[in-house]
Amino acid sequence: MAKVKGEIVVNTERCKGCELCVPICKEKTIAMSPGLNSKGYHYATSTNEDCNGCTNCAIVCPDGAISVYRVRLD
Amino acid sequence: MDHILTRDEVTVPENLVYSRTCLLTDNALSYCPGCGHGTAHRLIMETIEEMGLQADTIGVAPVGCSVLAYDFMDIDMQQAAHGRAPAVATGIKRLYPHKTVFTYQGDGDLAAIGTGETLHACNRGENIAIFFVNNGIYGMTGGQMAPTTLPGMKTATSPFGRDTASMGFPLKMTELIAQLPGTYYVTRQAVHTPAAVRKTKKAVEKAFQYQKLNKGLCFVEIVSNCNSGWKMTPLESNKWMEENMFPYFPLGDIKLPKP
Repeated sequence: MAKVKGEIVVNTERCKGCELCVPICKEKTIAMSPGLNSKGYHYATSTNEDCNGCTNCAIVCPDGAISVYRVRLD
Repeated sequence: MDHILTRDEVTVPENLVYSRTCLLTDNALSYCPGCGHGTAHRLIMETIEEMGLQADTIGVAPVGCSVLAYDFMDIDMQQAAHGRAPAVATGIKRLYPHKTVFTYQGDGDLAAIGTGETLHACNRGENIAIFFVNNGIYGMTGGQMAPTTLPGMKTATSPFGRDTASMGFPLKMTELIAQLPGTYYVTRQAVHTPAAVRKTKKAVEKAFQYQKLNKGLCFVEIVSNCNSGWKMTPLESNKWMEENMFPYFPLGDIKLPKP
Protein backbone atom coordinates (compact mmCIF):
# COMPACT_ATOMS: atom_id res chain seq x y z
CA MET A 1 0.00 0.00 0.00
CA ALA A 2 1.25 3.36 -0.92
CA LYS A 3 1.93 5.46 2.10
CA VAL A 4 1.16 9.12 2.16
CA LYS A 5 2.47 11.95 4.23
CA GLY A 6 0.45 15.06 4.72
CA GLU A 7 0.97 18.42 6.31
CA ILE A 8 -1.33 21.27 7.10
CA VAL A 9 -0.45 24.95 7.06
CA VAL A 10 -2.74 27.12 9.14
CA ASN A 11 -3.13 30.79 8.31
CA THR A 12 -2.92 31.79 11.96
CA GLU A 13 -4.24 35.31 11.41
CA ARG A 14 -7.32 33.99 9.60
CA CYS A 15 -8.08 31.24 12.14
CA LYS A 16 -10.79 32.21 14.64
CA GLY A 17 -10.22 29.30 17.01
CA CYS A 18 -13.67 27.72 16.56
CA GLU A 19 -12.13 24.23 17.09
CA LEU A 20 -14.39 22.59 14.47
CA CYS A 21 -11.32 20.99 12.87
CA VAL A 22 -10.08 19.34 16.09
CA PRO A 23 -12.60 16.46 16.43
CA ILE A 24 -12.79 16.08 12.62
CA CYS A 25 -9.12 15.01 12.45
CA LYS A 26 -9.00 11.21 12.73
CA GLU A 27 -5.23 11.28 13.23
CA LYS A 28 -5.52 13.71 16.16
CA THR A 29 -3.01 15.97 14.45
CA ILE A 30 -4.74 19.27 15.15
CA ALA A 31 -4.83 21.01 18.51
CA MET A 32 -5.32 24.58 19.57
CA SER A 33 -2.16 26.54 20.10
CA PRO A 34 -1.50 27.99 23.56
CA GLY A 35 -0.42 31.17 21.78
CA LEU A 36 -2.78 33.83 20.49
CA ASN A 37 -3.04 35.55 17.14
CA SER A 38 -3.39 39.31 16.81
CA LYS A 39 -7.18 39.11 17.31
CA GLY A 40 -6.79 37.13 20.54
CA TYR A 41 -7.86 33.70 19.26
CA HIS A 42 -6.08 30.44 20.06
CA TYR A 43 -5.35 29.24 16.54
CA ALA A 44 -5.28 25.65 15.27
CA THR A 45 -1.89 24.05 14.86
CA SER A 46 -0.41 20.74 13.76
CA THR A 47 0.97 18.78 16.71
CA ASN A 48 2.27 15.50 15.32
CA GLU A 49 3.56 13.77 12.17
CA ASP A 50 0.49 11.60 11.55
CA CYS A 51 -1.35 13.84 9.09
CA ASN A 52 -2.35 11.91 5.96
CA GLY A 53 -3.60 14.89 3.99
CA CYS A 54 -7.27 13.86 3.97
CA THR A 55 -8.34 17.56 3.71
CA ASN A 56 -11.33 17.07 6.05
CA CYS A 57 -10.13 19.83 8.39
CA ALA A 58 -9.76 22.29 5.52
CA ILE A 59 -13.19 21.40 4.15
CA VAL A 60 -15.03 22.17 7.39
CA CYS A 61 -12.98 25.28 8.25
CA PRO A 62 -15.47 28.17 7.91
CA ASP A 63 -12.67 30.68 7.43
CA GLY A 64 -10.64 28.69 4.92
CA ALA A 65 -7.60 29.02 7.15
CA ILE A 66 -6.12 25.58 6.41
CA SER A 67 -4.08 24.55 3.38
CA VAL A 68 -3.33 20.84 2.97
CA TYR A 69 -0.26 19.29 1.34
CA ARG A 70 0.11 15.60 0.52
CA VAL A 71 2.94 13.54 -0.91
CA ARG A 72 3.06 9.83 -1.76
CA LEU A 73 5.91 7.85 -0.23
CA ASP A 74 6.56 5.14 -2.82
CA MET B 1 12.21 4.69 2.23
CA ASP B 2 14.84 5.70 4.76
CA HIS B 3 14.75 9.43 4.38
CA ILE B 4 11.93 10.96 6.44
CA LEU B 5 10.47 13.99 4.76
CA THR B 6 10.56 17.14 6.81
CA ARG B 7 7.68 19.55 7.05
CA ASP B 8 9.42 22.00 4.72
CA GLU B 9 9.89 19.29 2.08
CA VAL B 10 6.18 18.38 2.15
CA THR B 11 4.78 21.91 2.09
CA VAL B 12 5.87 22.82 -1.41
CA PRO B 13 3.40 24.09 -4.05
CA GLU B 14 3.39 20.88 -6.14
CA ASN B 15 2.10 18.90 -3.13
CA LEU B 16 -0.77 21.29 -2.42
CA VAL B 17 -4.07 19.38 -2.44
CA TYR B 18 -6.44 21.90 -0.89
CA SER B 19 -6.42 25.58 -0.14
CA ARG B 20 -8.87 28.43 -0.04
CA THR B 21 -10.29 29.40 -3.41
CA CYS B 22 -8.94 32.56 -5.01
CA LEU B 23 -12.52 33.78 -5.56
CA LEU B 24 -12.77 34.64 -1.88
CA THR B 25 -11.15 38.00 -1.15
CA ASP B 26 -8.45 38.46 1.47
CA ASN B 27 -10.86 40.33 3.75
CA ALA B 28 -11.40 38.55 7.07
CA LEU B 29 -14.92 37.09 7.14
CA SER B 30 -17.16 39.09 9.45
CA TYR B 31 -18.84 35.96 10.83
CA CYS B 32 -18.51 34.57 14.35
CA PRO B 33 -16.03 31.73 14.87
CA GLY B 34 -17.54 28.43 13.69
CA CYS B 35 -20.40 29.98 11.70
CA GLY B 36 -21.58 27.95 8.70
CA HIS B 37 -21.80 31.06 6.51
CA GLY B 38 -18.04 30.94 5.85
CA THR B 39 -18.24 27.35 4.61
CA ALA B 40 -21.29 28.14 2.48
CA HIS B 41 -19.50 31.14 0.90
CA ARG B 42 -16.48 28.98 0.15
CA LEU B 43 -18.52 26.18 -1.46
CA ILE B 44 -20.30 28.58 -3.79
CA MET B 45 -17.06 30.32 -4.76
CA GLU B 46 -15.22 27.00 -5.26
CA THR B 47 -17.99 25.80 -7.55
CA ILE B 48 -17.91 29.03 -9.57
CA GLU B 49 -14.14 28.75 -9.87
CA GLU B 50 -14.29 25.10 -10.99
CA MET B 51 -17.01 25.84 -13.54
CA GLY B 52 -15.06 28.86 -14.82
CA LEU B 53 -17.98 31.23 -14.25
CA GLN B 54 -16.20 34.07 -12.44
CA ALA B 55 -16.77 36.60 -15.22
CA ASP B 56 -20.31 35.42 -15.96
CA THR B 57 -21.84 35.27 -12.51
CA ILE B 58 -23.83 37.94 -10.67
CA GLY B 59 -24.65 37.31 -7.03
CA VAL B 60 -27.28 39.11 -5.00
CA ALA B 61 -26.44 39.72 -1.34
CA PRO B 62 -29.21 39.90 1.27
CA VAL B 63 -29.68 41.83 4.49
CA GLY B 64 -28.59 39.96 7.59
CA CYS B 65 -25.32 38.46 8.76
CA SER B 66 -24.29 37.89 5.14
CA VAL B 67 -25.02 41.49 4.10
CA LEU B 68 -21.30 41.98 3.44
CA ALA B 69 -21.09 38.95 1.12
CA TYR B 70 -19.99 41.32 -1.66
CA ASP B 71 -16.88 42.09 0.38
CA PHE B 72 -15.87 38.44 0.44
CA MET B 73 -16.99 37.09 -2.94
CA ASP B 74 -14.73 38.24 -5.73
CA ILE B 75 -17.44 38.29 -8.41
CA ASP B 76 -20.03 40.82 -9.55
CA MET B 77 -22.44 41.38 -6.69
CA GLN B 78 -25.54 43.46 -6.05
CA GLN B 79 -26.96 44.27 -2.65
CA ALA B 80 -30.75 44.02 -2.40
CA ALA B 81 -33.18 45.58 0.06
CA HIS B 82 -34.26 43.35 2.92
CA GLY B 83 -35.93 40.25 1.50
CA ARG B 84 -35.97 41.53 -2.08
CA ALA B 85 -33.03 39.53 -3.39
CA PRO B 86 -35.17 37.18 -5.56
CA ALA B 87 -36.89 40.22 -7.12
CA VAL B 88 -33.55 41.89 -7.89
CA ALA B 89 -32.17 38.60 -9.22
CA THR B 90 -35.24 38.27 -11.45
CA GLY B 91 -34.50 41.65 -13.01
CA ILE B 92 -30.81 40.87 -13.49
CA LYS B 93 -31.51 37.47 -15.05
CA ARG B 94 -34.12 38.88 -17.44
CA LEU B 95 -31.74 41.63 -18.56
CA TYR B 96 -28.73 39.31 -18.83
CA PRO B 97 -30.13 35.85 -19.59
CA HIS B 98 -26.67 34.48 -20.39
CA LYS B 99 -25.30 35.33 -16.93
CA THR B 100 -25.44 32.93 -13.99
CA VAL B 101 -27.45 34.63 -11.25
CA PHE B 102 -27.81 33.52 -7.66
CA THR B 103 -29.11 34.95 -4.40
CA TYR B 104 -27.61 34.18 -1.03
CA GLN B 105 -30.11 34.70 1.78
CA GLY B 106 -30.64 33.92 5.43
CA ASP B 107 -33.85 32.82 7.08
CA GLY B 108 -34.77 36.27 8.39
CA ASP B 109 -34.42 37.63 4.87
CA LEU B 110 -35.93 34.84 2.80
CA ALA B 111 -38.54 33.37 5.15
CA ALA B 112 -39.79 36.51 6.93
CA ILE B 113 -39.77 39.85 5.13
CA GLY B 114 -39.00 38.27 1.77
CA THR B 115 -41.56 35.45 1.79
CA GLY B 116 -43.64 37.09 -0.93
CA GLU B 117 -40.71 37.75 -3.25
CA THR B 118 -39.37 34.23 -2.69
CA LEU B 119 -42.69 32.47 -3.31
CA HIS B 120 -43.47 34.46 -6.44
CA ALA B 121 -39.97 34.13 -7.90
CA CYS B 122 -40.26 30.37 -7.32
CA ASN B 123 -43.78 30.32 -8.72
CA ARG B 124 -42.71 32.18 -11.86
CA GLY B 125 -39.90 29.66 -12.25
CA GLU B 126 -37.24 32.33 -12.71
CA ASN B 127 -34.06 30.78 -13.98
CA ILE B 128 -31.94 31.65 -10.93
CA ALA B 129 -30.39 29.79 -8.00
CA ILE B 130 -31.34 30.62 -4.42
CA PHE B 131 -29.02 29.64 -1.57
CA PHE B 132 -30.90 29.78 1.71
CA VAL B 133 -28.88 29.59 4.93
CA ASN B 134 -31.24 28.56 7.72
CA ASN B 135 -30.03 28.90 11.29
CA GLY B 136 -33.40 29.39 12.99
CA ILE B 137 -32.63 32.81 14.43
CA TYR B 138 -31.95 36.43 13.54
CA GLY B 139 -28.19 36.35 14.10
CA MET B 140 -27.12 39.83 13.04
CA THR B 141 -29.54 41.79 15.23
CA GLY B 142 -28.83 39.82 18.40
CA GLY B 143 -30.67 36.52 18.31
CA GLN B 144 -34.38 37.35 17.98
CA MET B 145 -36.99 34.77 17.03
CA ALA B 146 -37.20 34.03 13.31
CA PRO B 147 -39.99 32.26 11.39
CA THR B 148 -37.78 29.17 11.39
CA THR B 149 -37.11 29.16 15.15
CA LEU B 150 -37.96 25.72 16.59
CA PRO B 151 -40.88 25.25 19.03
CA GLY B 152 -39.64 25.77 22.59
CA MET B 153 -36.39 27.39 21.44
CA LYS B 154 -35.28 30.31 23.60
CA THR B 155 -34.33 33.51 21.82
CA ALA B 156 -34.10 37.17 22.80
CA THR B 157 -37.76 37.73 21.87
CA SER B 158 -39.04 34.35 23.10
CA PRO B 159 -37.21 34.09 26.45
CA PHE B 160 -39.45 31.29 27.69
CA GLY B 161 -39.17 29.34 24.46
CA ARG B 162 -41.27 29.64 21.28
CA ASP B 163 -44.86 29.00 22.29
CA THR B 164 -46.60 27.62 19.22
CA ALA B 165 -50.03 28.63 20.57
CA SER B 166 -49.22 32.33 20.29
CA MET B 167 -46.18 32.42 17.99
CA GLY B 168 -47.03 29.77 15.44
CA PHE B 169 -44.87 27.03 14.01
CA PRO B 170 -41.51 27.10 12.23
CA LEU B 171 -41.90 27.75 8.52
CA LYS B 172 -40.61 24.99 6.27
CA MET B 173 -39.84 27.19 3.29
CA THR B 174 -38.08 24.47 1.34
CA GLU B 175 -41.01 22.01 1.51
CA LEU B 176 -43.35 24.90 0.72
CA ILE B 177 -41.66 26.01 -2.48
CA ALA B 178 -41.05 22.41 -3.59
CA GLN B 179 -44.82 22.24 -4.22
CA LEU B 180 -44.61 24.97 -6.85
CA PRO B 181 -44.34 23.86 -10.48
CA GLY B 182 -41.79 26.62 -11.23
CA THR B 183 -39.01 25.08 -9.14
CA TYR B 184 -36.79 22.49 -10.76
CA TYR B 185 -34.40 21.29 -8.06
CA VAL B 186 -35.04 21.74 -4.33
CA THR B 187 -32.75 20.33 -1.68
CA ARG B 188 -31.77 20.76 1.95
CA GLN B 189 -28.16 20.25 3.04
CA ALA B 190 -25.81 21.15 5.91
CA VAL B 191 -22.16 22.15 6.30
CA HIS B 192 -21.16 20.83 9.73
CA THR B 193 -19.20 17.70 8.77
CA PRO B 194 -16.87 16.91 5.83
CA ALA B 195 -19.46 14.51 4.36
CA ALA B 196 -22.22 17.11 4.60
CA VAL B 197 -19.96 19.74 3.03
CA ARG B 198 -19.19 17.47 0.07
CA LYS B 199 -22.90 16.76 -0.46
CA THR B 200 -23.70 20.46 -0.28
CA LYS B 201 -21.05 21.21 -2.85
CA LYS B 202 -22.63 18.67 -5.21
CA ALA B 203 -25.99 20.38 -4.69
CA VAL B 204 -24.48 23.80 -5.47
CA GLU B 205 -22.89 22.38 -8.62
CA LYS B 206 -26.21 20.91 -9.75
CA ALA B 207 -27.98 24.23 -9.13
CA PHE B 208 -25.53 26.07 -11.41
CA GLN B 209 -25.58 23.33 -14.06
CA TYR B 210 -29.39 23.32 -14.24
CA GLN B 211 -29.36 27.09 -14.55
CA LYS B 212 -26.99 26.83 -17.51
CA LEU B 213 -29.53 24.48 -19.13
CA ASN B 214 -32.39 26.98 -18.46
CA LYS B 215 -34.28 24.44 -16.39
CA GLY B 216 -35.86 26.79 -13.85
CA LEU B 217 -35.36 27.84 -10.28
CA CYS B 218 -33.00 25.78 -8.12
CA PHE B 219 -33.28 26.17 -4.36
CA VAL B 220 -30.59 24.93 -1.97
CA GLU B 221 -31.27 25.28 1.73
CA ILE B 222 -28.23 24.99 4.00
CA VAL B 223 -29.10 24.27 7.63
CA SER B 224 -26.44 26.03 9.64
CA ASN B 225 -25.55 26.80 13.21
CA CYS B 226 -25.63 30.17 14.94
CA ASN B 227 -23.48 29.56 17.96
CA SER B 228 -23.61 33.18 19.16
CA GLY B 229 -27.39 33.38 18.82
CA TRP B 230 -27.91 29.97 20.36
CA LYS B 231 -25.43 30.84 23.16
CA MET B 232 -23.26 27.75 22.63
CA THR B 233 -19.73 26.90 21.56
CA PRO B 234 -19.35 26.01 17.86
CA LEU B 235 -19.01 22.29 18.62
CA GLU B 236 -22.00 22.30 21.00
CA SER B 237 -24.10 24.17 18.47
CA ASN B 238 -23.33 21.62 15.74
CA LYS B 239 -24.37 18.81 18.10
CA TRP B 240 -27.53 20.72 19.06
CA MET B 241 -28.26 21.27 15.40
CA GLU B 242 -28.01 17.53 14.68
CA GLU B 243 -30.26 16.67 17.62
CA ASN B 244 -32.89 19.40 17.27
CA MET B 245 -32.79 21.10 13.87
CA PHE B 246 -32.43 18.00 11.68
CA PRO B 247 -35.57 16.20 13.00
CA TYR B 248 -37.63 19.26 12.02
CA PHE B 249 -35.61 20.18 8.93
CA PRO B 250 -34.58 16.76 7.56
CA LEU B 251 -31.66 16.81 5.13
CA GLY B 252 -31.92 15.48 1.61
CA ASP B 253 -33.32 16.22 -1.83
CA ILE B 254 -36.93 17.35 -1.67
CA LYS B 255 -37.62 17.84 -5.36
CA LEU B 256 -35.54 16.14 -7.99
CA PRO B 257 -35.82 16.75 -11.72
CA LYS B 258 -38.09 14.26 -13.44
CA PRO B 259 -36.06 11.93 -15.66
